[in-house]
Parts: sequence; C-alpha cells; structure tokens
Amino acid sequence: MSGNGDLLVVRNLKKYFPIRKGVFSRVVAQVKAVDNVSFHIDRGETLGLVGESGCGKTTLGRAILRLIEPSAGEIAFDGVDVLSLKGAAMRRMRRRMQIIFQDPYSSLNPRMTVLDIVGEALHVHGIARGREREERVKQLLERVGLASRYVNRYPHEFSGGQRQRIGVARALALNPSFIVADEAVSALDVSIQAQVINLLVDLREEFGLSYLFIAHDLSVVRHISDRIAVMYLGEIVETAGSDDLFDRPLHPYTEALLSAVPVADPTRERARIVLTGDVPTPIDPPSGCHFHPRCPLVEKICSEVPPGVTDAQNGHTFRCHVVARQFPDEATTPVESAAP
Amino acid sequence: MSDRRWKTLRRNKTAMVGAVIIGMFVVVAVFAGVIGRYDPEARQDEFRAEPSAAHWMGTDKNGFDMWSRMVHGARASLMAAVCAVAFALFIGVPLGLIAGYRGGWIDGTIMRVVDVMLAFPSVLLAVAVAALFERTSLFTVILAVGVVMVPTFIRQVRAAVLQVKPLEYVTAARALGASDRRILFRTVLPNCIAPIVVLATLSTGVAILDAAGLSFLGLGPEATVPEWGVMLKDGFSLVRQNLYWIWLPPGLAIALTVLGFNLLGDGLRDAFDPRQI
Repeated sequence: MSGNGDLLVVRNLKKYFPIRKGVFSRVVAQVKAVDNVSFHIDRGETLGLVGESGCGKTTLGRAILRLIEPSAGEIAFDGVDVLSLKGAAMRRMRRRMQIIFQDPYSSLNPRMTVLDIVGEALHVHGIARGREREERVKQLLERVGLASRYVNRYPHEFSGGQRQRIGVARALALNPSFIVADEAVSALDVSIQAQVINLLVDLREEFGLSYLFIAHDLSVVRHISDRIAVMYLGEIVETAGSDDLFDRPLHPYTEALLSAVPVADPTRERARIVLTGDVPTPIDPPSGCHFHPRCPLVEKICSEVPPGVTDAQNGHTFRCHVVARQFPDEATTPVESAAP
Repeated sequence: MSDRRWKTLRRNKTAMVGAVIIGMFVVVAVFAGVIGRYDPEARQDEFRAEPSAAHWMGTDKNGFDMWSRMVHGARASLMAAVCAVAFALFIGVPLGLIAGYRGGWIDGTIMRVVDVMLAFPSVLLAVAVAALFERTSLFTVILAVGVVMVPTFIRQVRAAVLQVKPLEYVTAARALGASDRRILFRTVLPNCIAPIVVLATLSTGVAILDAAGLSFLGLGPEATVPEWGVMLKDGFSLVRQNLYWIWLPPGLAIALTVLGFNLLGDGLRDAFDPRQI
C-alpha cells in the first residue's frame, strides 16, 4: 500500500463541521466535508485532486496542513504524526509544508510590502533578518519571474498573475518539501494560468517538491499531475495515474467528469454524459454509495451498502459496486478496513 | 495611510474645516501660558467686569480673567478628552482583539460584560464611576469618561477583527508558522486600524462633551479650576442676566471643538471607505 517513497500518508481523515442550534448550541447535524479519506503522496510526486465545487477539496487540503483541525484520522508527514504535534513543534513543521491560495487578492496582506509578505516566514523562523532577508526575498522574486526591485511595493500595485507569483514566492521561502496548491490558477486568465503552471512545474524539478494540486479544471490537472484523485461529496471515489485515469476511467462519476472535458479535435465523436440532479448536501449524504441518486449504473445494492475499494492494478483504485464485478472478488476490500 | 487616502481626505472640505478647528484649539492649549496673559486662578480685577482692553473677555464672579481661563480651559478639556480616549484604547483594543480572534467562551465572557455596561445610560455610568471617589478632580473625570467608552471600543474592534479574520492572508500567516500573538499584532491589527482611528476621533468629541457634562454636574474639578464644564456651571445661573461673557464662551468652545472632531471623524470615515475611488 505505501512504499518507502511516501512523503505524506493520509489515513481515514475526517472533517465534520457541527451545525449548532438553539440557546445551548446543541449539535443538530454534521456537515461531512471530508469523510474517511485516505491517500498518499510520494517524494517529488504531484497528486491532482478534482471534484465539483463543495465536494470538500479545499477542506481536505487545509485539514492536511492543520489550518482546519481534522475531526479524526491520521496524517503522517515524512514519518511524523502531524496531528500529535502541538504549538511550537507544529509551527516548526510548517517549514516543510506550505500552501498557495486560490485568490491572489485576499491572500496577500494589503498593508505589508512584498519584502514583508515573502520574508515574513524567514523572520518568524529566525532564518534570516535585515539585509540577508532582503537578499533572500530578492532571489525568490527573481526565481518566480518578478523583478527584484519590486521588494518595497505593496500588493495593490500588481496584477493578478504577479500577485499569484508573490504567493508562490512566499510558499517557497521556507524551502518546503510539500505544497498544497489550492486552486492556485483558477482565478487567473487562461494565458496567465499556463505561465504559473509552468512555473510550478519548473520549481518542482528544481526543489524536488511534492504537490497536492487541487483544481476543478481536468485538463490543467492532467498536465501537472502524476496521479489524480477524484473526490465526490467528501470521499475519494477513484485514484489512478494521470494517463490511466483519462484512458480508463472506471467510476461512473469520473467518466461523467471526463466527458465534460472539451477535446480539440472536431472529428472525434464523443458521448457526453450529463449528470442529472444537483450535488446532494453533505449534511445528510445519500445512504450506501453517495453517488447513487445521480448514477447511470445504479442498482439496488448501491443505496444500501457503501462500496469498498477495488484495486484495478497499477495503483488504480475505485469505489463502485457495479464496476467492481469486472474484477475478481479478492480485489475489493470491504469498506470497514478501506484504505486505498 | 496611503497617498490616495490622504488625497481623498485633503479634498474633503468639511473634514479640513474640522481639522483646522481642532488645530486652532490645540495650538491655544499648548501655548496657554503665553496666550493667557494672566494667572487663571488669581483675582485680577473687580467681579464680573465687562470685556475691556485689559480683560478681553471680562472677569467672572471671582474676578478671574475669563480669557486666560478659556485658554487654560482648552488645555484641560482637550487633555481630559485625549486621556480618556487613550484609556479606552488601551483597555478596549486588546480586549476587542482577543474577543474577536479567539472566539468561544473568551469572546462570550467579554461580550456579556460589554452588554451589561452598555445596558446602563452612559451618563449614569459615568456618574457612578465618578461617585466612587471622595474628591472628584480632572483625573476622576478622565477615568469616568474613559470607562464609559471602553465597551464601545471593544465592540468596534471585535467587529473589525471578525471582518479581517476569515481573509486568506490571515490563514497564510498561520500556514507560515507565525504565532497567534504575531498574527494578531502584525496581520490583524494593522488591517483594523481604519475603523479604530475613526472611532477614536469621533470619541474625542464625545469625551469633551462628557467631561464638560460631568464637571457641569459638579462631579469634576473644584470651581476655581479653569475647565469649560466648570465655567459653564458658573455661568449657568447668569444666563437670564446680561452677563453673556461668562457663560457664552465656554459653551461655544465646547460646541466648536465637538463639531471639529465630528467633522474630521466623518471625513476620515469617508477616506477609509474601501468603495472610494
């Protein structure tokens, strides 16, 4: 399941947000934003995470970094149990895991200069101060494609793409080994998107970075990811190598998602699978397989039993009762001990 | 404050009028000893003398020179107001920051105390605080006015923090490994400065009024101390007589400074408004 190359191993991670009502703040329901998610990321590997809005992608990314405290589960980063770290130990751990945000506007403090924004981490961890810090920040700016003379400018003096580069420089300042890119290019123009993605790819080679690349645009994800995980309503329904997933989608939800990706070939006939209905609310997810109310393959068992994880080889796993029948019985691990 | 906001403020005529009024009174207060000409607490001439070349604003019932009392009164009133606001800032800003940032039971406790304090009419609360002291003075006035303003400050600062807290740059600071204290003072507070500055400016006007009000009610310094509220109290019984030089100047001075602070405060609020171009 997990080899020695693992940098990050997440097991049965859950994040439930309680909904409180009344004078005594009684918990009346739980929003199951992340429900029993397990995956791993190797050193230097990029895992793409895709899914519709509201499926829990962002919550998952932040729960891994403990920017949102997970409700249950395990996170092992380079062998260290992240969830057991407290106070200063957790802050030291943050040197190794960073995040790039979606919104290049709200993610930069409007009252700080670029020097302070990018150099804050250097100051916080006592890595560099004064002149030395300024030199480091200038190097970082040059590295992400910004002129070093911009150090004393404020965020509002930059365009969206430039701001996102500042965000990348900030994430790189601590020389981390893992970065969560949370919809890092979704807010940018298509032409700028390509530049920032290429920058992220270059940096991955140069610094040996691992990414969790969260996005909803499948073609972008395919370009940058080694493997892709598909999320639906708080659960990962399918994980596979990038090309494997596109060539051989097994879960009906993945198939529907992929059929929505435009192909730049007018002669190619494609069947567009249009899902009916809306994403159900994660407050009270459908019984059994969460996808069953919208699934074209739905059978009786789907609404009764949550599907186990089926191993389709080459690290390709999925969770579907119906498709699992194409594989031998022993390939499927029942849901109780599920860990893809 | 950025250049753009400075320009918005400079172009705002009413705000500039307010700033000029305040500036005038500040100059008068600072150089009170030079401008005042006489000792404000020493008998100079006969009682209730009309304005003349020697006594520009006449003399009061004790024969003290009104002009020098007015000038020294500016010093006392402005100082009392500024000190009261400083006190409210000193107590209110940290508590508001903590309540907004930490939330939970800390927030609940602080805000319930604030609710209780706000449930009393402010004058009543100020009178109660002033009544705690055997002898009232300018110092007790400052304390009473300051205490009354604290709950409003806590509320406003907390509201500002709640607006800033969910923004991603705060999450980013946390992701970098910054401590809570650093995040509060380096990230959250600088982005809450605008509403705090506006509140402090408007509150200074209110504080002048409240301080004068307490003195007027007899809960301020002794009757000989030059302070506008005290002077107004002296002149109050004389309004029906033709002794305008005793009651009119302190009343006008109070009205004018309060107006000045309100105009400037409103102007600052406009300048800080993010919707301004």
